[in-house]
Amino acid sequence: MDKRDTAFLKQQAKRVRIEILKMLTEAGSGHTGGSLSAADVVTALYFYKMRHRPDVPNWRERDRFILSKGHAAPLLYVVLALTGYFDTLLLKTLRKIGSPLQGHPCSKTLPGVEISTGSLGQGLSVSNGIAIGLKIDNLNSRVYCLLGDGETQEGQVWEAAMTAAHYKLDNVCAIIDLNGLQIDGPVSKVKAIEPVASKWSAFGWNVIDIDGHDMEAILNAFDEAETVKGRPSVILAHTVKGKGVSFFEGKVEYHGIAPTRDELEMALKELDGNG
Amino acid sequence: MAMGEIVKDTREGRQSIVGKSMATRDAYGETLLELGKKRDNIVVLDADLSGSTKTGKFAKAFPDRFYNIGIAEQDMIGTASGLALSGKIPFASTFAVFETGRAWEQIRQTVCYSNLNVKLIASHGGITVGEDGASHQSTEDIALMRVLPNMTVIVPSDGYETMQVINAIADFYGPVYVRLGRAKVPAVMPAEYEFKIGKAYPFHIGRDANIVAMGIMVSIAIEAARILNDSGIDAGVINMSTVKPLDTGTLLNAARSCRLIVTAEEHSIIGGLGSAVSEFLSENFLVQVRRIGIKDSFGCSGKPEELLKLYGLTADDIVETVKEALKK
Ligand SMILES: Cc1ncc(C[n+]2csc(CCOP(=O)(O)OP(=O)(O)O)c2C)c(N)n1
Ligand SMILES: [Mg+2]
Repeated sequence: MDKRDTAFLKQQAKRVRIEILKMLTEAGSGHTGGSLSAADVVTALYFYKMRHRPDVPNWRERDRFILSKGHAAPLLYVVLALTGYFDTLLLKTLRKIGSPLQGHPCSKTLPGVEISTGSLGQGLSVSNGIAIGLKIDNLNSRVYCLLGDGETQEGQVWEAAMTAAHYKLDNVCAIIDLNGLQIDGPVSKVKAIEPVASKWSAFGWNVIDIDGHDMEAILNAFDEAETVKGRPSVILAHTVKGKGVSFFEGKVEYHGIAPTRDELEMALKELDGNG
Repeated sequence: MAMGEIVKDTREGRQSIVGKSMATRDAYGETLLELGKKRDNIVVLDADLSGSTKTGKFAKAFPDRFYNIGIAEQDMIGTASGLALSGKIPFASTFAVFETGRAWEQIRQTVCYSNLNVKLIASHGGITVGEDGASHQSTEDIALMRVLPNMTVIVPSDGYETMQVINAIADFYGPVYVRLGRAKVPAVMPAEYEFKIGKAYPFHIGRDANIVAMGIMVSIAIEAARILNDSGIDAGVINMSTVKPLDTGTLLNAARSCRLIVTAEEHSIIGGLGSAVSEFLSENFLVQVRRIGIKDSFGCSGKPEELLKLYGLTADDIVETVKEALKK
């Protein structure tokens, strides 16, 4: 865990966004919008909140991060590389034949990936299982699980929500990336999930509602979640899909396509311009 | 030795089960309880069917290592996966149709793709579920599990073999699917039998025909072979309890020794043991093959014996199939 330094973390989040854009452009395909929307939250986890040891990926006492929305793989790969799990040069191999950086995270090929994901709706169940195991072993490690808002349309998410509450898994912290968009359009149009906060609280969860791009609020949310005992916490992170690059922001079509070389150039200028 | 003969066994823990007619799910319940006593990294999950799957025994003895996930099979598979990631050995049980059907993609993505040490032990395989009818009878589970990379698929024939299977897979790393049954089955495996993953057990290799069977069909195949031998046809029986990986050595040896291979399974003839055997033989040794199984249909309500008759899974059906095929 690093020290709580908001300015530093904001700087890291920017670096993370830049690397995501570069690797996606190099790959020529991949998920841009949902990687950028969750960049601040995941940066806060890897650079501040989580206890982990990049040199010992399987360290028994580590906190776990489960990327349930597996299509945000570029985001996970970047934070893993920047925190030292593997050489940043590997980022260039995203989605290429023979690369450990598969289109969606594969735990068999890449250290630091806890579980292979990509098929939505399954990560919270896995997080619960890990959390139960940690409790059996009297380890106070925590399990963080990132889900998409569209992803919560999957029934298994709510099965898992019930399980976590029933077994009082206060070592589980879910984060919903509420960017308001999925593939076919706005979540509210495809199939509305509102009211989100009261749903989770009715399922027995401690709900923390934040602006998912406000670094200070993110840190506070993670710190608060850790103090809540007897029930799991969910952080509702209100975000903008494609955040950080004006011409990607809020655009449903940038869910699953990579920037072109020109777009990358413009995006990098923009990001550099913003402090 | 004579087929199906029961010999007393004095090895520890085996006495109660050798030679005993019982449902394989009951043998599972007893074995799981014993395993729980010996090893504290065994955890058990169920989806509101612990009375039927027999995990209830373990639950009662070790409430802190038993997790009822409720009627949520997909979540059960995910939770079991998380427990495996924490270094536990999870045994997750429900009825075969829900375990492999409802949660198939969870098993594929989370268990098999990551090659996790999750044990999927399903009861109520096949049509001998009986009166509950087709919704609860699993006739596709072997096909569904066999197609998954990294998965091992085992169908024990009796209580004694089940006990050995459960112990063996606890010592084996990787995803395993074990199909158990609801109905009581006769004891068939001899006391000296040692189950090994991927090793078939030939009771006898016949010079005319060999019946390759799994699960409850092993005892039925033994009966069929007796009838055939009485009428002068040398028929053997192989218990192919591990459907994947298939014991191709034993299969090839049997195929080379005879003129006809018959597969017998309480499962669709599509995708199960019959398919596995046919796939191997068609590429490696040409011999006549006949598949006894459920012929691309759903089950229905009835008593187990009535259903076996209705779907052509009796000893007489096997005998007739063998005689018919050998005429050609
Ligand atoms: C089970 C499953 N169904 C469909 C998909 C295809 N898919 C990939 S991403 C996505 C939309 C996800 O939307 P959301 O959860 O809101 O993610 P985000 O907006 O954060 O990218 C879909 C439908 C999938 N990966 N898994
Ligand atoms: Mg979304």
